[in-house]
Amino acid sequence: MFYIYCPYCGEHREEEEFHPKGEAHIARPADPESCSDEEWGDYLFFRTNPRGIHHEMWVHAVGCRKFFNITRNTATYAILETYRMGEQPSITDDTREPLEVAQTPTETTPADNLEGVRA
Amino acid sequence: MSNTVDDKIKTFDTRTDANVPIESPLAYTYRRSGAPAPDKNSKAVLHERPFLGHLTLRGGAIVLDEALRSVLDMSLPAEPQSLLFDASGERSVQWISPDEWLLIVPGGEEFELENRLREALGDAHFAITNVGGGQTVVDLEGEAASELLMKSVIYDVHPQHFPVGKGVTTVFAKASVILRRPSETRWELVVRRSFADYVYRWLLDAGAEYGIGVQR
Repeated sequence: MFYIYCPYCGEHREEEEFHPKGEAHIARPADPESCSDEEWGDYLFFRTNPRGIHHEMWVHAVGCRKFFNITRNTATYAILETYRMGEQPSITDDTREPLEVAQTPTETTPADNLEGVRA
Repeated sequence: MSNTVDDKIKTFDTRTDANVPIESPLAYTYRRSGAPAPDKNSKAVLHERPFLGHLTLRGGAIVLDEALRSVLDMSLPAEPQSLLFDASGERSVQWISPDEWLLIVPGGEEFELENRLREALGDAHFAITNVGGGQTVVDLEGEAASELLMKSVIYDVHPQHFPVGKGVTTVFAKASVILRRPSETRWELVVRRSFADYVYRWLLDAGAEYGIGVQR
C-alpha cells in the first residue's frame, strides 16, 4: 500500500484515494495536421516501459481531484517524489534521453517537493 | 463579456412556492432500516441535517475571498483541508481543492446568497453551483464517534492528525464522503444523496457495538 504525498493537499494520503493515469510529460504535437501517421501513432499509443525511474501522472480522485506527477522506480516501487502539473521532475534517469517537454520551465524548484515516501 | 446575474446567467430558486412535500435523502431508509432512538447507553449518536443550502464555489482564491467577505463577512480558508465557521456556527466554508470551496448555509438562504455572490464577483472568472439537492449532512456525536469513524474511513482521525477545523474528502467504506470536524465532540459527514442510504446503514451496523442511536 502506498502512502502518497499529494502536492495540492499538502499531506500524505492512502493509495486508495488515487488513480494512476499513465506516463507523464507527453507533449501533444504542436501541429497535428502535419504529423506523419507514425508520429501521430507514437503520440497516441506508444509509451515507454522503463525498468527504473519513471514519471507518471496520477489523480487524487477521492480528494482534491487534481492531477499531479510522480517519479517512481518501477523496479522497487519506491515513489521518489511528487510534483505539480507543469513542473519538472528533480529526479531523472540520466541514462534516458532528456524529456521532450513543450512547456516552459517553471520558476519553482522541484527540490521543494521531495516528499515522496517509499512503499 | 459580462457574467452578471442580469444578462448572462439565469439563476433559479430550487425551493419553489408550489406545495410539493420534500423528503430527506434518508426518508425511505428510516422506514425500511429503522432509526433506533438514542438512550443513555448510546456512545454514538447520529443526526441528519437535511435541506441545508450547499454551494460549490470555484475560481481564484483572491476574488472569491473578497466576495465572501463583502457578502457573508467570512473569509475563504486558504490552507488545504481547512474549515471555517461564521460567528453563529450555522454557515461554513471549506477548502475542497486549490480552486474549489464548499459553502454550507441554512436551508433557504442559498438562492439569495448565490445571487449576491454573483453580483459581488462581477466579471471575475468563477463558477457557483447549487449542489444542495445532491448531498446531505450527517452529524456524528458521542464518545465513540471517532472510534466508529476509525472503522469506516481510511483517513487518520486521531486528534493530533485531525484537529477541530479540519475537513477532508476521503473514502468512507466503499463510498466517498467529506469528513469535517466542527468541534471537539461533533463530526460532520457530507454525503452524496445517492450514498446516504449506504452510509446510514453502514453507520448503524458499525455502530451497533456502541449502541448507536438516531436523533430525529
